Amino acid sequence: MPKPKVAFYWCSSCGGCEESIVDLHEDILKVVEAVDIVFWPVALDFKLKDVEAMPDGSIAVSFINGAIRMSEQEEAVKLLRRKSQLVVAHGSCAHLGGIPGLANLWDRKSIFARVYREVPSVDNPAGIFPQDQTLTPQGTLDLPSFYDTVKTLDQTIDVDYYLPGCAPPKDLILAALKAILTCELPPKGSVLAPKTTLCDTCPRKDSKPEKTVLKDIKRPHQVMIDPEKCFLDQGLICAGPATRSGCGEKCIKANMPCRGCFGPTDEVQDQGAKLLSALASLYDVSDEAEAQKLADSIVDLSGTLYRFSLPASILRRKQGVA
Amino acid sequence: MNSQRITINPITRLEGHGKIEIFLDDKGDVATAALQIPELRGFEKFAEGRPAEEMPRITPRICGVCPTTHHMASVKALDALYQVAPTAAGKAIRELMYSAFMLEDHLLHFFFLGGPDFIMGPQSAPAGRNILGVIGKVGLEAAGKLIRLRRECRALIEFIGGKVIHPVGCLPGGVSKPFPEEERRRYKPTAEFGVEFVRFVLKVFHDLVLGNKEYLDLILGDIYKHKTYYMGMVDERNRVNFYDGLIRVVDPDGKEFAKFAGQDYLQHLAERVEPWTYVKFLYLKKVGWKGFVDGKSSGVYRVAPLARLNAAEGMATPLAQEEYQKMYAALGGKPAHNTLAYHWARLIEALYAAERLRELLEAPELTDPDVRNIPTAVPKEGIGVVEAPRGTLFHHYQTDSRGIITKANLLVATQNNQAAMSMSIAKAAAGLIKGGKVSEGLLNMVEMAFRPYDPCMACSTHALGETPLVVRVLDSGRRVVRELRRH
Repeated sequence: MPKPKVAFYWCSSCGGCEESIVDLHEDILKVVEAVDIVFWPVALDFKLKDVEAMPDGSIAVSFINGAIRMSEQEEAVKLLRRKSQLVVAHGSCAHLGGIPGLANLWDRKSIFARVYREVPSVDNPAGIFPQDQTLTPQGTLDLPSFYDTVKTLDQTIDVDYYLPGCAPPKDLILAALKAILTCELPPKGSVLAPKTTLCDTCPRKDSKPEKTVLKDIKRPHQVMIDPEKCFLDQGLICAGPATRSGCGEKCIKANMPCRGCFGPTDEVQDQGAKLLSALASLYDVSDEAEAQKLADSIVDLSGTLYRFSLPASILRRKQGVA
Repeated sequence: MNSQRITINPITRLEGHGKIEIFLDDKGDVATAALQIPELRGFEKFAEGRPAEEMPRITPRICGVCPTTHHMASVKALDALYQVAPTAAGKAIRELMYSAFMLEDHLLHFFFLGGPDFIMGPQSAPAGRNILGVIGKVGLEAAGKLIRLRRECRALIEFIGGKVIHPVGCLPGGVSKPFPEEERRRYKPTAEFGVEFVRFVLKVFHDLVLGNKEYLDLILGDIYKHKTYYMGMVDERNRVNFYDGLIRVVDPDGKEFAKFAGQDYLQHLAERVEPWTYVKFLYLKKVGWKGFVDGKSSGVYRVAPLARLNAAEGMATPLAQEEYQKMYAALGGKPAHNTLAYHWARLIEALYAAERLRELLEAPELTDPDVRNIPTAVPKEGIGVVEAPRGTLFHHYQTDSRGIITKANLLVATQNNQAAMSMSIAKAAAGLIKGGKVSEGLLNMVEMAFRPYDPCMACSTHALGETPLVVRVLDSGRRVVRELRRH
């Protein structure tokens, strides 16, 4: 019986999801024994050419991480989709757009202008931008296109399962691999993580008073953070109420509030809207002026509510970027 | 116009994505070669509007292999922005995390990325030229030790930072929680083991690499050599330091050319844009951009392990210092221009990181509960600098009075080496490909010109990816006359 074939691939990502595989440590050797890794760019010299030569559907599962930002990434994931029985969106960027998805507050033009013309260190009097094609005396040099809008993986190809997190934790990766190898999978489209919110599993849950009230919003660098108490109850914004559990509460154990990398639970379509409503429900104000003052004290609302999920949100991107 | 070209796409065993285009002349020799980086994510733009204190949690997503380094440069930029120094414990805890990170990251490169070329052989079968082949060759016991050391180092980073892939624990003025005595006791054996393990790896390197005449000739030969300026951070005695200090630049003869504080970077460094790649090229402003050439009149400089050792006068710990002297004796003096010696320098730095880890775990202030100073100044501008595994990293933030980012500029480690990497590839290609003759082994040897730099294209351009490696030789009618694949 040949071992099932597995591929790992990266798009607009940071390499953290590749590290999440390396971070299986001793267990990576077990994975290597159980499956046949046919493609893993960071570590092995297998080629997409080899993948192209395989029969369609011959890869049992492809774990794809990263958002879709460049033309080349779109082409590659479409190929992997054809060759794979299952595709797992691996990590926040593939799942929701992730941190690179914050670029949807801008567009190609404004990003290029800043990076290549405006930063104080750049010396570019001719105002050169990278080109899809550059003619040289010897021949043409091609580059993939940079899209205006960052997309999630499932806005690009059909996705079977989602591994949430930035980066996904070891236990969820191993559980996903095991479920795939033993064919004990939940319904297609499932997020392979608990269904509860982070608040339900938060080690500070018991510190919460009967009713948490927000009177005054603080920022983490401005106060000494109590290591036992609910962050919201300390006036610190925490994405816990709008975020799925399963991360191991690692940021919270480091005495820092959640920023939402696991995305919303199954009941929620738009993580930012959910967080906004959760915060609003905690406001302790008696009139509109007070409410306005409290709302104004949340700096960077869009970047806070949608820190990891802007491309997956109802809005997807900022419209009409100047 | 002759349009014979060789395309290597993708280059492999690095963090990120790149392709090499080699153009041949009428004789089939190399006319020119370009290293193209086909990605961008634009962190400098989407940082705008974010609260500055969130930057240490946002910028690590530039790179998941070296998130700790972005976390650290970012928080140091916040220290400067808010004019707040970390407490003694805050600084010790940060540096402890940083030393553990440098140690495990350098070992990752040696075993997973660059090392397989030597451990398995430059022209060995590609299917085995990877970590799995390395495990087969060094044995399960040694592999088990590597895995154990990385696991323990990464557990330490996780304890301090909350997460090892994208830490969250640093804040302006210090860190988010104290480091307890029991953790000190827990990790002391890790540091001891780290020192012992890196010494073992150095022995492997001496036996397998330096003991092999063919490899030694490669290291010392001209194909992998460039005479450039070198840059790295040094302490008050001009010894290598990763976390803090002044930035020292030496010229190709090893003479001090500049020494400056990180916040003065704009006086010394500038970036060039080329239309055929998404990455920008850093060069020394006072020397100027003279193209992709080396020598004293060209502003091209190099960073990362060998460059740091060249730019310094020694190592701050005894065992690393001993090895430092050994290396320069073997390479025929300072500065060493041999690109492949980066692999050796990286192991010397790993040894320093392990020794520094051991020192910090003895520091009395490490477990002091006073871990953070709350900032009070009105923010305006801050610059933070650290030595990343892959070179000097600058984070530069400007904010409004509420501490919301109005402008951000990031000079990322691998960018410093971009010009030199292009040159290294072109030179290796020219030295290896003659009369249109190419082979899979030779192609890997072209790639071996960039691997010593341990490039991180994710950092350089903030994206990653991979496509197949195919080499096509085209005739002037763009017809494929030969196609090669590395299997």
